[in-house]
Amino acid sequence: MSTLFEARNLSRRFGRVQALDHADFDVNAGEVVALIGDNGAGKSTLVKALTGNLEIDEGEILFEGSPIHFTTPHDASEVGIEVVHQDLALAPHLDSAENMFLGRELMRPGLLGKLGFMDNSAMRQKAAVAFSELGSAVRSVVVPVGAMSGGQKQSVAIARSVAWANKVLFLDEPTAALGVVQTKNVLETIKKVRDRGLAVVLISHSMPHVLEVADRVQVLRLGRRVATYRAADTSVEELVGAMTGALDKKEGAA
Amino acid sequence: MTTTSTPPQTIETTASHDGLLERIKSMQSVWILGVLVVIVAVFGALSPTTFLTAGNITNIAQNVSIWAVLAVGMTFVIITSGIDLSVGSVLVVSSVVAAKSMDAMGGQGWSTALIGLVLAVIVGLGWGILNGFLVAKAKVPPLIVTLGTLSVALGIAQIITGGLDIRAAPDVLQDNIGYGRLAGIPAITIIALIVVVVGGIVLHRTRFGRYTYAIGSNEVSARRVGINVDRKLIQIYALSGLLAGFAGILSLAQYGTTTIAGQSLTNLNVIAAVVIGGTSIFGGQGSMFGSMVGLFIPAVLQSGFVIIGVSPYWQTVAVGTILIAAVYVDQQRRAAATRGKGVSTA
Repeated sequence: MSTLFEARNLSRRFGRVQALDHADFDVNAGEVVALIGDNGAGKSTLVKALTGNLEIDEGEILFEGSPIHFTTPHDASEVGIEVVHQDLALAPHLDSAENMFLGRELMRPGLLGKLGFMDNSAMRQKAAVAFSELGSAVRSVVVPVGAMSGGQKQSVAIARSVAWANKVLFLDEPTAALGVVQTKNVLETIKKVRDRGLAVVLISHSMPHVLEVADRVQVLRLGRRVATYRAADTSVEELVGAMTGALDKKEGAA
Repeated sequence: MTTTSTPPQTIETTASHDGLLERIKSMQSVWILGVLVVIVAVFGALSPTTFLTAGNITNIAQNVSIWAVLAVGMTFVIITSGIDLSVGSVLVVSSVVAAKSMDAMGGQGWSTALIGLVLAVIVGLGWGILNGFLVAKAKVPPLIVTLGTLSVALGIAQIITGGLDIRAAPDVLQDNIGYGRLAGIPAITIIALIVVVVGGIVLHRTRFGRYTYAIGSNEVSARRVGINVDRKLIQIYALSGLLAGFAGILSLAQYGTTTIAGQSLTNLNVIAAVVIGGTSIFGGQGSMFGSMVGLFIPAVLQSGFVIIGVSPYWQTVAVGTILIAAVYVDQQRRAAATRGKGVSTA
């Protein structure tokens, strides 16, 4: 399997803090890679660097085999990379269809579209299709997102990102605030997205969730990748050991 | 988004199961419309022969026309969670510039009036762009920016005029716009109605309106999806300024003079109307229809109190009370909505 998205030797320093210290990362199409690490290990910094939210000091990012440089999140979106942020970044007063198409509204054809009129019914239809394909818990696309449950909001945010990501989807702690049933839903959604051939990067603190859904697990510690495991061959104990440094294993086989 | 298959029945894609009535009922502004209806009914019952006459109703409509034009811009601004305190002063300075120029030109015809209109709108637009730039780019809070421009614009108007009102509206402006009527309806009311309808369509049907709500609802999210928030904010404050300039020429047409000292409470009255109408001061929520309902409540009270012989000073007491009550009820609805009852069932 060829590597779809890869980072080599990324470094980034904030003042005296070396947030990324020659970190590597890679993900293939059609697989779920979990990115784990203790607080301050550099997970968020790495994701920001990979999605155009942060400039790097050194290192290179390769997309489909060739070097690429993102200056804004929009650049990453352009090539099909989307992020579901931990805070979801939804507009609570808008409904799920409006949120899904925010910034990418479908316009009415002809003159009306040129005047700024939107095709709301087309957007609602497409949003409904997207939600049902992901098995989303969203039951209506015309209810304001602010009135939805945490799980429903999460599925709106994921569906929005999935709708526009056709290469790589990053999920930052998607299950952190969810109950058991909702978490199961999100994990199922992740599998569905992977089965469509997307590369999925899951950032999570929950080892059982990581082991359930990921194909590979990459461990960050002190700003660098210290280990990579096949999820099938590892255990919670081993992952925690790698995260905390108790197990000093460099670049495990995978 | 490449899929085109039809959605399953389980996901609701339209509000069409609600009729028009249901949709109106679900609006934030509906209960305040009820308040307006009750007020009208009470005055109507107390004084049927004077209050519910065509003459009185046109009179009320004429009185709210200029504020309605300002309320259109204010609704956009407040939905972004901003505020524009400068509208009254911008109205004054625009009308002063227009009056001074028209006075210098000396004509009483349409060409003079047209120059005045263009100048008033340009001056208003300029102040609006300044407000927007300071809010969006300099990151000064809108309350401070527009409090500052309120003062500066009024000061400039007083410097230009030496504090004395200029009586210089061309006859065509006063005769046709100020006192003119079309099918019995004041021309100024028709003009305001057009502005309101166009403003409502832009707010509720276009992408510009959608982004206005998005910015007020969650600015970070709006930025993340690639909306140029700074530019939108400048445009929205520019719109408010432009409409204040336009209101300046309407005010000249209606009163025949600049109203330098007469607009000190205009901003607060317009803001009160917009907020009474259900537009949230925290942003993300509101409607043009609501703002218009909110505008009519003070006007109807004023007229009604005069007619039934109550001191019109009670109007200000009543409006202040309704303002607080309106926001209280809105807060309750919002709290109920976030508890998961659903915003459309309150």
